[in-house]
Parts: sequence; structure tokens; C-alpha cells
Amino acid sequence: MSLWSRIRNTFRSGRLNREIEEELASHLAEGIAEGRDPAEVRRAFGPALQIREESRDFRLVGWLDSLRADAIFGWRQILKRKVTSSAAILSLALAIGACTSAFRLIDALLLRPLPVAGAERLYSITYESPSPMDGAPVPYDSCSYPMFLRMRAAVRDQAESIAISMYNGPTDLTYGSDQDMERVNFQYVSGWMFGVFGLRPAAGRLITSDDDSAPGAHPYAVLSYDYWAHRFGLNPNIVGRTFRMGNDVYEIVGVAQRGFTGTETGFATDVFVPMAMKNPRTLASLNSFWMRTLLQLKPGVDPAPLQEQLRATFRAIQEERVAGFPGQSRRDRERMFQEKLFLEPASSGRSNLQRNYRQALEILGLLVALVLMIACANVANLMTARAASRAREMALRVSIGAGRSRLVQLVLIESAWLAILATAIGGIFAWWSAPFVLRTINLGPNIARLDLPMDWRVVGFAFGLACAVTFLFGLTPALRASAVKPASALRGGEDPHWRGRIMRGLIAVQVAFCFVVLLAAGLFVTTFQRLSDQPMGFSAERILNVESVTKSPQSPALWEQVAERLRAVPGIEKVALSGWPLLSGENATGNISVNGAPPAEVFSDFVAVSPGWADVMRIPILDGRDFRPGDVNPAVAMVNQAFARQYFNGENPMGKWFERVDPVAGRSRFQIVGFIRDARSRDQLRLAIRPTVYIPFASVDDSGALKPVGRGTFVVRTARPNPMTLGAILRKEVANARPGFRVQDLHTQVEFDQTDTVKERLLAMLAAFFGAVALLLAGVGMYGVLDYFVIQRRREIGIRIAIGAGSADIVRRVSFEGFAMVLLGAIAGLAIGIAAVRCIQSILFQVRLTDSAILALPALTIFTAALLASLPAVIRAARTDPVKMLRAE
Amino acid sequence: MARTDSLQGSLDLLVLKILSRRPGLHGYAIMSAIKQWSGEVLRVDEGSLYPALHRMEEAGWLQAEWIDKDEARRLRVYRLTPKGKKQLSDEVSRWQAVTSAVDRVLRTV
Repeated sequence: MSLWSRIRNTFRSGRLNREIEEELASHLAEGIAEGRDPAEVRRAFGPALQIREESRDFRLVGWLDSLRADAIFGWRQILKRKVTSSAAILSLALAIGACTSAFRLIDALLLRPLPVAGAERLYSITYESPSPMDGAPVPYDSCSYPMFLRMRAAVRDQAESIAISMYNGPTDLTYGSDQDMERVNFQYVSGWMFGVFGLRPAAGRLITSDDDSAPGAHPYAVLSYDYWAHRFGLNPNIVGRTFRMGNDVYEIVGVAQRGFTGTETGFATDVFVPMAMKNPRTLASLNSFWMRTLLQLKPGVDPAPLQEQLRATFRAIQEERVAGFPGQSRRDRERMFQEKLFLEPASSGRSNLQRNYRQALEILGLLVALVLMIACANVANLMTARAASRAREMALRVSIGAGRSRLVQLVLIESAWLAILATAIGGIFAWWSAPFVLRTINLGPNIARLDLPMDWRVVGFAFGLACAVTFLFGLTPALRASAVKPASALRGGEDPHWRGRIMRGLIAVQVAFCFVVLLAAGLFVTTFQRLSDQPMGFSAERILNVESVTKSPQSPALWEQVAERLRAVPGIEKVALSGWPLLSGENATGNISVNGAPPAEVFSDFVAVSPGWADVMRIPILDGRDFRPGDVNPAVAMVNQAFARQYFNGENPMGKWFERVDPVAGRSRFQIVGFIRDARSRDQLRLAIRPTVYIPFASVDDSGALKPVGRGTFVVRTARPNPMTLGAILRKEVANARPGFRVQDLHTQVEFDQTDTVKERLLAMLAAFFGAVALLLAGVGMYGVLDYFVIQRRREIGIRIAIGAGSADIVRRVSFEGFAMVLLGAIAGLAIGIAAVRCIQSILFQVRLTDSAILALPALTIFTAALLASLPAVIRAARTDPVKMLRAE
Repeated sequence: MARTDSLQGSLDLLVLKILSRRPGLHGYAIMSAIKQWSGEVLRVDEGSLYPALHRMEEAGWLQAEWIDKDEARRLRVYRLTPKGKKQLSDEVSRWQAVTSAVDRVLRTV
């Protein structure tokens, strides 16, 4: 027989016992049958129980058997106290689930290596440029293709360089007619990317360096496996099919290996095409920043010297770029030389989503870890109290020979039961909550597509967490329980002081952590409120942006005709045209020159709008007039108050002139015909409203002819509270109004308004939620411990009352130490909070620790909770009936 | 009761030897066989036979099965495994080495 049979025997030890008994009995029976005296046979045989135990030890695994016995015993202990056990399990489950959920998000976005060869050697080139406002470093990832080629050549021997276009939201393509346009995530990539990454085709072939050799020569595309699966049902005939994107027709040559969805973590790429298919002008421009660079270092290459080498190349490139801007101001030139290049590890890919959410997710992880600590402290107190009531049982076990390690095992296994059950329930919570968080941040035009697998990484994390918390809350009670002194415990007078110290200490820890979580919740909620209260300057309610395109650019007059047709749709109040929706993330800027002076340092935003637009957006015109039909760009403009402050010292700029200075197109003159109130044009709520110039939607070229327009937004004010309900009708109306017109996207203005505060909203929402959970857990913990103390001291309290102590005195005695702990914890929490807030300052907005409310609120909340939690214990103490109490003893 | 079986390790040897000659004996029969074949000189401590049998079973030298003696009773009978046969020859040669060494000492001193 083998180890396996011994393990099997361990789990059927009852049957094993019976078998041994039977064999021994048959021995006795044989002896008696042989004619021996039964008493003599028994005497000769010796002690049957001892023999059985000895045999058992050979036939099963001893430690496993004791583990099994303890597991069964622990399970019974848990069932015995169903209410407290389920409270402990549920609070732990919530905390473990939240931690696992946070880990899922952090892992998926920031940690999980890309499924490519040499992911651990993958680096990304990033840059920092000093902000024109205050000089603070602003990070960015993009560069131009000629820059990439230069750097690639510089490090050719040490690394493979891969160019990948920055993800800028989904793109339209069609496999049939224009009416069947669909949106995909699409990227230009270096032809050699698939080879460097060691990827294999799932169908057809992959793009190679040959496909990336000559501009525009190889219109080939590779699909991702995921896209192939959900769009084409894994149809192998897809190879050779074509699609049209813009004016280019591409042929699908293959499908990439399963699991690879590009390097833009959080935005799964559906379609890859070679870099060389980008339009030749952009491809050749040194100053068009539209792509990012990944380096796969050759094995053994040290990134530090490589970064120095790249910096030298970057410096040379910057010198060349500066030489290309003769009119540049000295300050701008210096700023360009201050830009810095960095080589950052990118084994998990590189995306803006990572950049935006790294800190928020880390904060979130920290908050849930604190909540987990609070829950652990609760369970530790529960276990300690339970160990107290089991002191006699433990003493008995020691008396009949249980070893110390066996007692530790006994208590730890009970803790492990709690942890395992909590992890199982927490797993379900994490399974639901991580996608929920992802859905919450998915607002507006750029939808994150992040795979959140529940694989061995997540399961392993949850398992590790369960083990860690078992020791965290189980070890001290276990060690304490095993150190029991049988003589004193069985007498019933064991020293209870150590227990009180541990429990009080844990209460202080709980309060400290709870204070930190509440403080963070207060900071984030205030930040979100302040950001949401930032004036927009326009009214977003009931506005629907119908973002439209035409097959070929159309005259502004035709655009106006379509708008006219939309005005007739029932449920629509007003319609105007603009280049793009406000706050959509799209901007155009211009250099402003007043009175022929050199261009000012501060740029202005330029927004193209039609007559009536200001009325639709409800932006009041302070002076002058709105655009009229016939107004064209350039010639007339409306400007906002920020513009007047920036360029005209805040005076009314009506009727004045300014020039827009373009390095290529030269100067164009505008007369200010309208002075309009400040409204936000950019999705940067943390910054002041920028100087903004509104220009007519209709533009003319140098010869005075109207320029055709291929893209615009019908800004629609509807009569309905939810403007999206009109989406389908508007889509149809635009398509029917004129051939070639098509709706690309529909977004309510409210959606755009919210997009910029998604991160803050998420943090505020989750921090508030976890603040409430932390408060609840800490309150329950406090209640339990104080109540336990009163029960422990009921004899003392009884005597005090018997010899004449008033209930006020009793209340003071009982509540004093509890509140001392709360105070201690709150002070510790405050210290931690003050230290921690520096690290999150960048994510906060217009809120500081010096705001008295920010500190007072958590303190007040905790003290109120402490008061409520101690009330039952205090009442119990004050109501102690000395006669009954002392008699019971 | 005189204990004459106390030579360390000889119990295993005896049990293995007896089972190699007569496979399918139960515990009591093994005990009787030792007594009988040793001319009543060697006596197994009855109780300690079973832990030894179970230990050898766990070691993979013996294989056990239940057979029905009559309607009410079953017997657990043992036989050697191939591993047990090898163990027997090892034990025999070890025993012989020990006894010849002891002999040599007795003769020379």
C-alpha cells in the first residue's frame, strides 16, 4: 500500500477502526475456538485499544488525520455560533472580494504581461515637457514617424523598435456600402511587430516588414482573433475579403494569434494595418506627433545606457525641429530643449488608460486593503473573545496531553474556515464588481475594452489573501489559546488582562484605518463636487450632438439644408452646426496677434459654429451680435470674456481686430462682431476657461470660394428630457436629407460633461462606499468589544453598585477606556492621513487638509459611531443587578 | 511469561518466512506457526503481532484480504508481495550475517 492508500484511510478512519477491531476480535475468537480459556486469551493479547492505535498510526497519515479532526471540530464551532460567524464571514467576504476585485483591475490594466515573446524586455519611450503655464512636467508618449526612424536606427543593435499609432477612439469602416459603416478599434503598426512578438497567424498570414516597406503600397490588414470571433464567427473565408476605410480599400490577409489584442492595454485593437498606409504627408512630417514607440531590448541589454543614447538622439532631433520654426519665441525654444526622454518598462503594454487610472487604482487598492485590515481586526477580536470562553476547554485539552502546536492548529483551522468561506463569497463579489467598475468608467466616446479574466493569477491572489488573513487574525488568538495554563484556567480565574489589551489595541487600529478611509472619502467626494460645480457656461440639458460625416466634402450650404430638415422633426426645438461638440476632447488652437504685434504666448481655442449655435447652447451674447447667414471664416469672429481679458486687458473688444497666425498659412484677419460669455470648450475642468474664438462654420479659401466640409456636428436641443430617445430618428433623417450624409456618432452633451469627471466620480463613489463599510465594520467591532468587556467585568460592576456606586460612575468607568482608544485611533489616523494626502494631492481639486470640514467630518462621524456602538454596553453596565450578578457567581 | 522472541527484527523475518511457505494465513495462524515451527521456543507477543503486520502491509511487503470463515466471521489473511519476497531474502542474509558473526565471536573468545 502506498501514501495514497494511507491518505484514503485517513478520510475513512471510522471504517479503518472497525476493520482493525474485527481483525483483533477474530484473533480472540480463534484462540477461544482452539480451546484456550477466554480470560487467558485476552490477557495474553494485551491492551486492545493501544494495539489499535498503534496499527492506525501505520495505516493512515497522522498529521492529516489530526487536521481532518480539527477541520470537523472547527466547522462545528462555526455552526454553533451561526450569527457571529456569518457576520464575521460576510464582513471578511466583502473586504476580500473588494481586494480581489481591485487586484483584478490593477492586474488587468497594469501588471499582466502582454501575451507576446519577450514581454519582460518591452520598454516604451515617453517624454516630459514643461507646461507652458507653470513649467511643471507634463508627460506624453507620442512622437512623429521620422523621429521614430531616427531613434530606431540609433539603437538598432540593442533593441527592436516598434511604432504603433496612438489610439484615438474607434474608426469607421465598411465591408459593403456606406450605409453599413461599423466602428472598430484600429491601429497602424510596424510591419515587423508580429514577427518581433513571435506571434503566429490563426488564419492566413500576418503583416511583415515587406508590407511596411513603401508608403501606401500594401493595403493589407490583420484582424484580431477576438474581432474575428465576434464579427465573423471564426469564418476562415474571411482571408481575402476587403473593407473600405475612408477612401482606402484594404484586403484582410490574416488573423493574429488568439489572445493578442494589441499593445494599447484597455483598448483592444480589432484591425492592424502597416504603418506605411498612413497618409504620406503625416508619415513624412517631423512635427506630426501621432504614434508611440515600443522597444524590445535584446536579451542582456541594460536599459540605462540605452536611455542615454536615445536622449542624445532626441536632442539632435529637437535641434532640427527648432531650426524648422524660425518664428518661434525664445521661451518656446527653451521649452523644447527642456523636454526629456524616458525609457519606461512596458511589459503590460502602454496606453493612456493606464496613465489616467494608475494612481486612482492604486489608491483604490490601498483603501480596500485598509477595509480588509478593519475586517480582520474584527474577526481577530471575535476569535479572541471566543478563545476566552473556551479557556476551560483548552486547559482540558492540555491536561490530557495535547501539544501546544496541536492547539495552535486547532484555532488556526477555525480561522482558516472563516477565511475560506469568506474568500468563496468574496470571489463571487469580485466576479461581479470588477466589471461593474469598468462599466462605470466607460462613458463618452472612448470605451475601454479590458479583458478581466478569472484565471490562476486572480485565484492565486485570492488564495494567498485567504492564507494571509488567516494568520493575520488567527495567529495571535491561537498562540494565546495554546499558552493556556491548565491549573489557573480550570480554577476559573485566568488573568484576562492580555485579552483586554489586544482587543483595545485592535479597536484603536480599526479607528485609525477607518479615519483614513473616511478622510479619503471626504477628499474625493469634495473633489468630485467642486469639479462638478465648475461653471460650464452653457446648458447641457436636452442637447444631443449628432456627429456626422459626408462621403465627400459638401458645401456648408448643404449642411445648413440638412440642419433645416432636422428642425422639422417633432420633438426638436432648435438645431445649429458646429465643427465638433464642446468638451468632446477635440480642440483646435491658434496663435493670436493683436495690432500686428508678434503672436502672444497664450494660444486661443477656435470653435467653428453656425448662426444660432450660441442660442442652442444658451450662451448669452454680452455685446454685439450672433453670426448671420453669409458670415464666413475668416472675416468675422465672436470672442469670449477670457479672450478679452487675455488680449484686451478685459475691455469690451467689440469691433476690434485681431489676427490668427499660422506658421504655414500665414496671418488671417478677424473682426470681432460678438462678445460672448465664457463657456468651456475643453474637457479640462481643473483649468480655467480658455480664451476662445468662435468662427463661422462656413470658411472661404484665399480666392473667396466656400470650402466644402466633410465633417460636422448638428447640435440639437430637444424637447425631451432624454435626448437619446430621438437618436434613431435623427440618424434616419440625416441619411435621408441628402445623399452622402451619414451620422457617425451620437452623444448627449451631458455625457461629455461627465466624461471629464469619470475618474473623480469613480473614486468618490467607491471611497464613500468603502468609508461606509469601514465605519460599519469598526462600529460593529467596537460594539462587540465593549459589550464583551462589560460581561467580563460584571462581577466588579456588581460589587461597585452593591457598595453604592451611582450609575453615572459606572457609565464613566465603562465608557472611559473605550473612548480613550477611539481618541488614540483617531489621532493615529489623522497622522497617517496627513502623511498620505501629499501623495494624492495631484488627484484632488480645490480641497486641502486645512479645510476644517474635511477633518471635522470623519472625526465627528467616528465619534458618533463610537457613541452609538457603546450605548448597549453602557446600558447593560448601568442596569447590572448586583444581587442577581453576585448570586450567579 | 518468558520472552524469547526479543531479538530485534526477527519478528519480521519469521512472519515473512512463514508467509512465503504458506501464503494466506491469518494473524492467529501466523502466531501458531511461529510457536509450532520453533518447537515452542519462540513465542510472539500476541498483541504486538498486529501492528507489525500492518506496518509490513504499509511497507508494501504484505498484501491482505478478507475471507469469509463462516457466515458470522471474516478473517484477514496475508500473503507476500514481490517486494516482500525481496525483503525476505534481504532479511535472511542479514540474519545469517549477524548469527555467523556472533558465532565467530563465541568461537574465538
